[in-house]
Amino acid sequence: MTLTPELAESDIEEYLRVHEQKTLLRFITCGSVDDGKSTLIGRLLYESKLVFEDHLEALQTDSKKVGTQGGELDLALLVDGLAAEREQGITIDVAYRFFSTDRRKFIVADTPGHEQYTRNMVTGASSADVAVILVDARKGILSQTRRHSYLVSLLGITKVVLAVNKLDMVGYSEEVTRTIEAEYRQFAEGIGLEDITCIPVSALKGDNITVPSPNTPWYDGPTFIGFLETVEIEAAEQARAFRMSVQWVNRPDLDFRGYAGRITSGVVRPGDRVRVLPNNQVSAVQRVVTFDGDLDEAVAGQSVTLTLADEIDISRGDVLAAAEDAPGVADQFEAHLIWMGEKEMLPGRPYLLKVGSRTAGATVSQLKYKVNVNTLEHTAASSLELNEIGVGNITLDRPIPFDPYETHRETGGFILVDRLSNNTVGAGLLHFALRRSENVHWQTMEIDREARAALSGQRPQVVWFTGLSGAGKSTIANTVEQRLHAFGRHTYLLDGDNVRHGLSKNLGFSDADRVENIRRVAEVASLMADAGLIVLVSLISPFEAERQMARELIGSDQFCEVFVDTPLATAEERDVKGLYGKARRGELTNFTGVDSPYETPRFPDIRLDTTQVGVGEAADQVIEFLRDQGTFEL
Amino acid sequence: MATLTHLQRLESESIAIMREAVSESERPVMLYSVGKDSAVMLHLAMKAFYPGLPPFPLLHVDTTWKFRAMYEFRDELVAKLGVDLLVHQNPDCINQEVNPFTHGSAVHTDLWKTEGLKQALEKHGFDLAFGGARRDEEKSRAKERVYSVRTSQHRWDPKQQRPELWSICNARKHRGESIRVFPLSNWTELDVWQYIYLQDIPVVPLYFAAPRPVVERDGTLIMVDDDRMPLAPGEEPELRSVRFRTLGCYPLTGAIESRAETLPGIIQEMLLTTTSERQGRVIDHDASGSMERKKQEGYF
Repeated sequence: MTLTPELAESDIEEYLRVHEQKTLLRFITCGSVDDGKSTLIGRLLYESKLVFEDHLEALQTDSKKVGTQGGELDLALLVDGLAAEREQGITIDVAYRFFSTDRRKFIVADTPGHEQYTRNMVTGASSADVAVILVDARKGILSQTRRHSYLVSLLGITKVVLAVNKLDMVGYSEEVTRTIEAEYRQFAEGIGLEDITCIPVSALKGDNITVPSPNTPWYDGPTFIGFLETVEIEAAEQARAFRMSVQWVNRPDLDFRGYAGRITSGVVRPGDRVRVLPNNQVSAVQRVVTFDGDLDEAVAGQSVTLTLADEIDISRGDVLAAAEDAPGVADQFEAHLIWMGEKEMLPGRPYLLKVGSRTAGATVSQLKYKVNVNTLEHTAASSLELNEIGVGNITLDRPIPFDPYETHRETGGFILVDRLSNNTVGAGLLHFALRRSENVHWQTMEIDREARAALSGQRPQVVWFTGLSGAGKSTIANTVEQRLHAFGRHTYLLDGDNVRHGLSKNLGFSDADRVENIRRVAEVASLMADAGLIVLVSLISPFEAERQMARELIGSDQFCEVFVDTPLATAEERDVKGLYGKARRGELTNFTGVDSPYETPRFPDIRLDTTQVGVGEAADQVIEFLRDQGTFEL
Repeated sequence: MATLTHLQRLESESIAIMREAVSESERPVMLYSVGKDSAVMLHLAMKAFYPGLPPFPLLHVDTTWKFRAMYEFRDELVAKLGVDLLVHQNPDCINQEVNPFTHGSAVHTDLWKTEGLKQALEKHGFDLAFGGARRDEEKSRAKERVYSVRTSQHRWDPKQQRPELWSICNARKHRGESIRVFPLSNWTELDVWQYIYLQDIPVVPLYFAAPRPVVERDGTLIMVDDDRMPLAPGEEPELRSVRFRTLGCYPLTGAIESRAETLPGIIQEMLLTTTSERQGRVIDHDASGSMERKKQEGYF
C-alpha cells in the first residue's frame, strides 16, 4: 500500500511520477475514544511510514510509561496530543491528519471529544467524501453509532465504511461481525444510507488494515486501505449539472472580463450554454482561462476563470450553471439547521446567511421541530440550543440561487453568521423553496416615502426608545410627541404596552416571543415611516440584535436609537406599574433586568441619563437631535 | 472523464481560498518570507488572479540578518513577476542594533519578527494577511483553521475561532480586527516540494547543496554569510558541501551536509531522512524544529 522508501532510494524520478498521479480522498472517522479511533488513525500514519524513527523511539518510551497496551506500542499516542490543549480551553472542533499510499493522498477529519460532538462532526463531515463508522466488536451497535450515522446521512455522505474493530477481542468471530453488520444495515437503510462496506478489523493488531488478515479467512472483501484507495467519488461529482459560484470578477484591463470561481459540480467546455443566476440571463462560455493556458474542459473541483460570449452584468456571488439544468432562485426555504453558537437560535432574530460566495440577511421565520439525534424523534421547539438540530423555514432579504443540498452540497449548504459577534453560529442544508416565495411579489408603487413626506414638509424618521421597564421611555416619548404635534408635525407613537393588546396579543415574554414582538413593531414602524410619519417607538427591546435589525429594516439615516439610561435600582425603586415587585416575588417570569437580560446599547444616537435630566430636558434633547438631522424645520 | 490529481485539487482549493479572502477584505497582504512555502503561495496567487496580477502587495518582515542569497533572490523574483513588495524592518531594532549574538535568538526573533509584523500590519492598515503555515508542520497544528481571527492587539482568541464548513469562509470582522488566512493548510512538506518540482517554481539556491563556508558550533553547522559573524579565537570557516532545510536568519539556521543538488535529490533526501537521518542529527533536527516554532510565534 505504501510508497516504500526503497523506491525513493533506488529511483526517485519514478517515485515522484507515482506520487504525482495520486488522487485525493477526504474521510471522517466517527466513534468515541473507546472504539479505537485514535489507534486506527495512529495505525494508518504508522503503516504509511509517516512515523519517523525518532518519533517511534519516543512512542516506545511513552507506550511503556502511559500506554494502555501493557508496554506494547500504543499507536493512539501518535494522535492523542489534544488533551492538554482541551484543558487550556482551546476549542478543538476538528483535527486534520494526512497520510498517503501509492494511489491516494488522504485527509482524515478527526473529531475529538464527546461534548460539542454534533457541531464537530457536522463540521468534519461537511467536506468528507466517505465516513468511517467504528464499532467495538464487543459492544455492537450503540446509540452513538446511530447518532453518528444519522449525522453522516444528514450531511449527505453516501459511502460508509462500517469498521467492526477490536476483532481480536472476540476471537475474530465471523458470527459477531455478521450480526453487527445485519443490525447496522437494517438501521442504516431507514435513514437513507445504502452504500455500506463492512470491514472486520483490528486497528491495534493491524488485521485487514493494509493486507488481508490470516485471522479472518471467512472474509473476502477489501482491506480498509484497499477500499479507501479505490472507492470512486469523482464520477458522481462530475455527472451532476454544471455549477460555479463567481468569487471574483477579473478585470485586469478593459479588454478582459473573466469570472473566477471553483467548479462545484459538473463539467464545462467552451461553447457550453450557461445561465447566470439570480438574474436569469443566458450566454455561452467563450474561454476557460487558467495561468497554464486555456482548457478544452474543466471539471468539478477545479478553479478556473470563464469568459462569456455576451457582455452581461455578473457580480460576485452570482452562480453560473448549465443553461438547461439551472438552480432555482428563491428567498424562502425549508432547511435543516445545526446550531453551533453559544447563544440559542431564536426565530425572527436576524442573521447573515452565506452560501457559496453570496451573503444575504436571513431569519428563521418558523421553527417546525427539532430532532433528537439519539432517537431521531421530532419534538416541537421554539429555539435551538448549541448542538441541536432542527427543521424550519428561512426567509432571506433577497432572492438567491440555490440547489437542494441532496443534489449539490456546495450550492445547498450554508452557514449562519451572528451579526454582532461575526461568529459562525449555525450551519444549514437547503431543501426546497417555499411556494409562497414564488407567488409573493412586490407591487411597484409610484408614490414613495420621500414623495409622501414632502407633502407634509418633514422627513420621515423612526425614534426608537430603548431601556428597562420603568426607565421613563413612554413618558419621554409622550412629551416628544406632544411637542412635535405642537409644531404641526405628523407623528405616531407605538408603545410597547399598547401593542401587546393588539398587534402582539398572541405573544408572551420568552426570548423567542420578544424577538417576534420587536420584529412586528419594527415592520409597522417602517410602514408608518413609508407613509411619511415621524414614528416614536417605546419598547424595552432588550437585545442588540433586534435593535440592529430594526435599524437596518428602516434604514440607518432614518433611524434614531435613544437609550433611556436608568439604573436598575432606580427603575425598581420607582416601580410605577408594580412589576418589579411581582418579578422579585416570582409572580412574573422573564422580566427584563430581573431574570431576563438587558443588553446595553453600545452606540446609541442619544443617551438620556434620567438620573441627571428631567423629562422636559430629555425631550428637548431629542427634538434638538431631530432638528439637527433635518427631520423638520421650525 | 478527467480525474484530478491530489496536487491539482490542493492547488484549486488554495486558489479558491485566496480569491474568497481577497473579495471579503479591504486591505489584504501576503506575508512573504522568501522560503519554499512562500514560493508556492506566491505562485498560487499568480495563478488565482491571472491574467491580472495579485491584487495585494507582498510583505517581507525583514530582520536584516537573512542570508544574502535570500535578498538577491527576493529582489530578482519581485522584479520579474512585477508584483509589489513592502519590506518592513523594525526601526527600534535598527536603532538598538538588535542581533542574535548579543541579544540571543529569542529576543532577536521576537523583536524583529513578532513586533515587526504587528508594526507593519498597523502601519499599512492591513485587515487580512496570507501566511504559508501548514497543518502537517507539527502535531499541534492539525486542528488549526484556514481562517484565524485576531483582535486589534493581534491576539489570537481561541474561543473566537470559527467552525469551517464545506468551502465556505466567514471573513466578517469588527473594525480593528484582522484575519490571518492559511491557503496551504492541507499541503504537506512533500506536496510543497513536489509542486515546486512539477511547476518549476524558482526557490532560493540555498536549498541545494553547494560548497559553503561553515563553522561548527554545538554540533550545528552555521554558515558564515558575511563579516558581521563574530568568530571565536582559532575558529576557521571551512568549505563543506551543505544545504538548508529551512531558511531564516543565517546565524540561527543550521545547515546539513548534503550532496543533493537537484529537486529530486532534495526530495529523496527528505524522504529518506525521515527514516534514518533525523535521529542521527538530533541537534540539527531540534535547530530546524525550533526555527519553525519561532516562525509560528512570529508570524502566526
